[in-house]
This record gives sequence, C-alpha cells and structure tokens, in this order.
Amino acid sequence: MEDFAALLDALVYTTSRNRKLALIADYLRAAPDPDRGWAMAALTESLDFPAVKSSTIKALMMERVDPLLWQLSRDFVGDTAETASLLWPEPQDAAPQPPASLSDVVAQLSALTRASAPTQLAQLFDRLDAKGRFAVIKLATGGMRIGVSARLAKTGFAQAFDVNVEEVEEYWHALTPPYADLFAWAAKGGPAPDLAGKPRFRPFMLAHPLEESSVDLGDYATEWKWDGIRVQLVRAGDETRIYSRSGDDISATFPELLNQLPFEAVLDGELLVRGSAQGGETGGAASFNALQQRLGRKNVSAKLLRDYPAFVRLYDVLLADGRDWRAHPWKLRRATLEALMPRLPASHFDLSALVEAPDFASLAAIRETARDEAIEGLMLKHRESPYVAGRKAALWYKWKRDPLLVDCVLMYAQRGSGKRSSFYSDYTFGCWTGDPEAGGELLPVGKAYSGFTDAELKELDRHVRQHTIARFGPVREVERRLVFEVAFDSVHTSKRHKSGLAMRFPRIHRIRWDKPAHEADRIASLRALIKD
Amino acid sequence: MTAPFSWVRPEPWGIHIAPADVWIDPARAVPKALVTHGHADHARGGHGETIATPATLAIMKLRYATSDGAVPVEYGESIGLGGGVTATFLPAGHVLGSAQILLEHAGERVIITGDYKRAPDPTCAPFAVTPCDIFITEATFGLPVFTHPPIEEEIGKLLAARAANPDSAILLGAYALGKAQRVIAELRAAGHSDTIWLHGAMEKMCRLYEEHGIALGDLKLVSDAGKDDLRGAIVIAPPAALNDRWSRRLPNPVTAMASGWMRVRGRARQRGVELPLVISDHADWNELTRTIADVNPQETWITHGREEALLRWCDLSQRRARALALVGYEDEDD
Repeated sequence: MEDFAALLDALVYTTSRNRKLALIADYLRAAPDPDRGWAMAALTESLDFPAVKSSTIKALMMERVDPLLWQLSRDFVGDTAETASLLWPEPQDAAPQPPASLSDVVAQLSALTRASAPTQLAQLFDRLDAKGRFAVIKLATGGMRIGVSARLAKTGFAQAFDVNVEEVEEYWHALTPPYADLFAWAAKGGPAPDLAGKPRFRPFMLAHPLEESSVDLGDYATEWKWDGIRVQLVRAGDETRIYSRSGDDISATFPELLNQLPFEAVLDGELLVRGSAQGGETGGAASFNALQQRLGRKNVSAKLLRDYPAFVRLYDVLLADGRDWRAHPWKLRRATLEALMPRLPASHFDLSALVEAPDFASLAAIRETARDEAIEGLMLKHRESPYVAGRKAALWYKWKRDPLLVDCVLMYAQRGSGKRSSFYSDYTFGCWTGDPEAGGELLPVGKAYSGFTDAELKELDRHVRQHTIARFGPVREVERRLVFEVAFDSVHTSKRHKSGLAMRFPRIHRIRWDKPAHEADRIASLRALIKD
Repeated sequence: MTAPFSWVRPEPWGIHIAPADVWIDPARAVPKALVTHGHADHARGGHGETIATPATLAIMKLRYATSDGAVPVEYGESIGLGGGVTATFLPAGHVLGSAQILLEHAGERVIITGDYKRAPDPTCAPFAVTPCDIFITEATFGLPVFTHPPIEEEIGKLLAARAANPDSAILLGAYALGKAQRVIAELRAAGHSDTIWLHGAMEKMCRLYEEHGIALGDLKLVSDAGKDDLRGAIVIAPPAALNDRWSRRLPNPVTAMASGWMRVRGRARQRGVELPLVISDHADWNELTRTIADVNPQETWITHGREEALLRWCDLSQRRARALALVGYEDEDD
C-alpha cells in the first residue's frame, strides 16, 4: 500500500507527461501481482465500492474531530479525502502494524457493507500514515482527480513492459481487474489474453490532414467529416458496447443504442443526436453543441433521451458475422457495410453518404458549402486502404474546411503549465459590444493557447508583462491593445459566457501587432456565424 | 483605578502600549517602535526609534539601508519604556534575532510572541516558555491539518530528489530571510557539502547570517555558474522566482518549495511545485496548542492567521481567548 500511496502522491505533484509516464512505469515494473493490477484499475477508475461514500468518511471524522474544526479545515483544504487523511488521529498504542497491501485493501473495501464500513475503515486508517489514508479514501470513494487519464495509465503500462499501447487498448476492455492475463502476457511473456466471445475495443484508424494540393479521386473516395464523436460499436455474444476514440467504454452514456445491433459486429461511425444542422431536415443530425448535452453522463434521464436521441452514422465495418474485414480494401468494406444496412434499424443507424464529384476542383467547391451544414469538412479515403490502427501515410486524409476568422482583442493572459509555466501562454480575448468610440465594451469570447511559434510566445510573454494593468493570482489583465486574428471551427450559443457564445477550437491564427484594437470585430458579427 | 490590561491596546495596524506611547510591530511609521523580528510584515522602516535585538536591527539595516534611531536590546535584557512600562526580549525561535516581547506594567505581565516555532533550528535561539497573564500569539498555521514533520525527513526528500535527477537543477523556493539559511544549515548537518547555488536576492542575507556565526558552507551565485554547474545541484531562490523568467536558465529544473503551506496539496499544485517540503518557521497546530498549555496564561489573544480554529480549541479546552484581527501580517510564502 505504501508504494501505491507514494505513486499517487508523486503523480499529484508531477506536471510533465513524460515524468508521469516514468512514475507509472517504474511502479508497475516493481510492484507485485496482483497489487499492480489493482493499481491500474484505480488509475483508470475501473473500481467501484458502493458501501463507501464521501458522507461515510465525513461521518467517521465527526466521531473523532470537533465539527467546527473539521469544517474550518475542510473549507481551507478543499477536499474531503485530503482533510480526513490529515486529521485522522494517529493511534495511541504505537504497536507497529504492517501496512496492508493494496490487494488486501481492495479485498477489504469490496467486502464492506454500509453497516460494517465505519469500523472496518477506522481499523484500516489506524494502520496507515496520512499518504496511505489519502490513497485509501480516494480508492474507496472514486474520482482520483490526480491528472492521469485512462489513456495515460495504459501508455505507462505499455512503456513499463515495452509492448504496443494499441494492443493494450485492444485487450483492456475485455478484461477485468486485476488484469492477471494482461500482466502475464506483457510482464512475463505469457500468451496473449484469450478474448473469444467478449466485446473488445479495436484501435481506430485515423487520418492525416491533407497537405497535398490535390489527390486523384479515382484513388480516393470522399465522404463528409461529421461533427459528432467517433465511436466503435461492438457486439459479441449478447453484449453490445460503445467505445470512444480513446477506448473508453461509454455504453452507459448511450443506453438507447445497446439493444439495437441485431448481429455480432464491430462498426465504426459518428455518434450524433437528431436534428437538422447536419445532413438535411429529415433524418439529420444536430450540431455538436446539442450532442454535448449527452456527453460525460453516467445516468441519463428520460428527458435527455427524448430531447436528444442518439444515433450512429456508419463509416466502416471491421468485423461482421464472424468475419474480420480489416485486412480487406476499403471498397470491399464499404460494399459490405452497405449490404448490412437493411439489417440495421433506421431509427438508430444510417450510412455516411459518399460525396460524388467529377474532379478535385468541384470537390473543393462542395467543401466550401460544408459550413452551412455544420460539418467539419471532408474525409478522403484510399479505395484500397486496409483498416489499420493509428495514422498511416496516404491512406486516409481529413480535409477540414477553412477555419472561420475573427479579430479579437487580448484581455487576460494566464501562465501555462509544465514547460510553459514561466510564460503567459493562455490568452483570453474579446470582441466589442458596439462602437468602441461610442461606449462599446470588450466582452471575452474565447480562450486559446496554441497557434503561435515559440518565438512568438516569447514576444507575447513580453507584451503581457509590459502591459499588465492588474494581477489575479496566475492571471494578468492587460491593456486592451493587441489584436489576434483568431481561427475557429464554429461558434455556438452558450449560457455560461457573458457574451452568450462559445467558439469551438479557437486558436491564434495571426498576431496583428499592426492593427489598432478599436478595429477588432464586434460580438454581433460573431453571433451572425452561429449555426445551432 | 484603570481596568486590567487596558494599557495594551490592539489597533488594526499594531499593538499600542499607551502609558509609554510605543507600538509593537506597527504597520506604519511611528515615533517609537518595538520590533519582534526582521520579516518585512513586522519590521517596517521609517520609525523615529526602533527597539529590537541586535540581529534584528542588523537585518533591518540591510533592508532599509539606515540604522537611525536603533536601540539594541539583548535577549533577557530589560529596558524601561517610560510610563512605568518595562520590556524584556526573549527568544522566539522563528528566525535569527526573533524575539517575544514581555511587557510589564502595574504588576501585569503581557507577552507578544511575534512569529515563533518550537521545533529546533540551528540558526536561532530556541523559544523560551515564560509565564505571563496575557499571551498574545500568532496563528499562521492555526488549523489542525497543519502539522510540520521533523525537518530531517524533508531534507531527506530534497537530497533523494537530487540523487534521482542528476541532469536537473533542484530549484528550491525558500523565504530569503530565515528559511533559506535554515535549510542550508540543515543540508550541511545532513552531510551535503557541495556548492549550494543562490539567487542574487539571497546573497546578502546569507552573508549576514555567517557574520552572526552561522556557518553555511560553500555558496555561489547562479549568475556565476558555468553551463553544466547546475546539473545535479541544489539552487535556492525566493518563492516568487520559482516560475518566473529567472528560472528559465536552469537545466530541467525540478521545482521544490519549503513552506508550511505545502502540507496541503492544492497549495502546492497552485504554485506548480513538484517537490513540496513541509518546512516552516512558524508553530504548527500542535506547537500552538502545546505552547498555550505550557505558558498557561489567564487569557490568550490571537493576532493573525487562522484565529477561528485556535479560538475554538481554547474554547474546547476552557481557556479564555479573543481574536485581535490585525491587518497586514500574512505570510503566503512561509
């Protein structure tokens, strides 16, 4: 348990991705089985101990600490787990008890009931120091919030044992903690896990941005790049799962799709909600903004299901009816997919249509219209391309429409993190509410931290320091004088922002050192671009 | 006859001793001030007369470049202030020269601690427990979550980080007066004899400590370092320099900070600290409560910090206490 607690503690304070990976890999190499399997489960938030809630911890503390002192401490620290770990009274009898192993702790937590939790947890806390208690409480109550994503943990695993992270992803979702087969394979050279009959994730095939001036449409087929989330639908046996691009299982977020796939298959598509912004008035999809109402929820209300019904617009087939199509050319997979469509309910599936154009120039013209339909752009897929994991040169291209551009004024700058922690590298910018000479004000419309070179970052950093008018912790307010030409993909209404709108993917396109601030754009012109 | 202790008058900008018309650690310039220690929030310049320990006066001279009106008083020495008030300076264990001030008037004894700690510190004299009627204490770390571990443990972490990162500079943020010298002295005590590299703002204060007999070993300025000198070296800078342009010159720095606030993860993350070291020159919760119990005054007054929790503790242990709400004393960096 000490090693795991030390790992969590170190991860909390580490900002560099590479150092985080090294910490995880070092731990996984050194820790015994099955401790390291449980640690991976904890880092990927795959554990659930329903008998322990944050309120359980608070109730335990109330029996030991004055309620006012608890409250004052909790308010200052800002985290129940951490406050409890610091305030737990060290046991009076100093008889040394060996710290429990992570596996012991997991076993104890799993066996807890609402009734037994208080005494059992108290005994456990008495055997640990503050770091150990913090780790146990985080483990028990879930929600690590230590800046480690599931993907990062798996990358750390791959790095520890020198295996391919795509392969780890592929096995991951079919296995359960503590992943004995996975460690046997990666750490001890055993056979690959046997996954027959279980749903599992296959790494997505991805596209490069199109940099060539044109491609031969005889070689490449074209379809729209829909603006939803890329998903993989997998049915094996009677079980259907939905995986996100990162390989996370998001089945619980979209329960309406789980009993709609009538045969065993692995399908690749875009998850969308019904609406009219993408692909026509009937059978169309709403904008990404509408889809966002559905993302990230573990429990979905009946109202959300009714207001934002989800469906999948299919791009590709990886497996169907027991046959693996991945090694076959795209044109054959496409024909297979088209042949499968009649067997899929139209209520929850449609086919991503091909965009036909006689030549590349007319395709470019079609792409220009994409904005009206709130579509991200075009995809170009080589007709002979097999389905391979990751980005492979010249097989698939994404050809995003040109970004929208707007001139904004820099208002606030914030220090970056990691390598950029000494630079003001995150910029909040605004547009005018009206004529600045007639009392128009700037309201923030977005925030960006990319799109400039290292040399430009240095200049921007200097500009921020020289034109600061107020400081708020890591944030500086600056004189309203520098204009950014900001590129973004789309703009949507937003109740969260004072300006009433939110940009998607804003980035600094050009720094307009030359342009006077009062010539920057008005909020109204940005609002005119909204396609909700 | 006047009410008991009415001669000690807490005002928002300091404590006024009415019969002698002197102020303790005033936040503005006054004709006559008693200063507990050299930190800027307690020792401001511009007083007509400044009564303090010789070391505190030396620190103030270094900071304000003048020693006009300086009246030195040694530890244990008493000085008449007029109006029937006598002041005695007693060690507070906070930083070099730091003192509690015992005031006596009409048979009543009041101690003003300034800032203090009970943990051992090779750079200053230890806190002297002294009986009194009213004990006026700080409460910077007056929450039960604040417990400072033994400094040897934290120094051990610093040395371990250095051993584990031979290509990096270990950049330690530490307050330029007191904390930096204490950490250096403890590093020397732990057997670390290599050059320790300093930010320019540290240099004069370190020299002053050495002039007061505290050996700090081989110290050099970062500005004099060669290209590879700082790899695998310990570099000490004021906390404000940690994430500022100054630190860009360091090779792959691992950012550490020595402060009592590092006990709380959020505080460390907020400052981008990768290696938090819980080292403070203030009393932690246990020291605060133990000290009140040791001194055992009739009444405890709390000057600054998390006074609400300490008041609650006094209440629970049936001790009389009140909060004074003085302005200007808050130590974000300690």
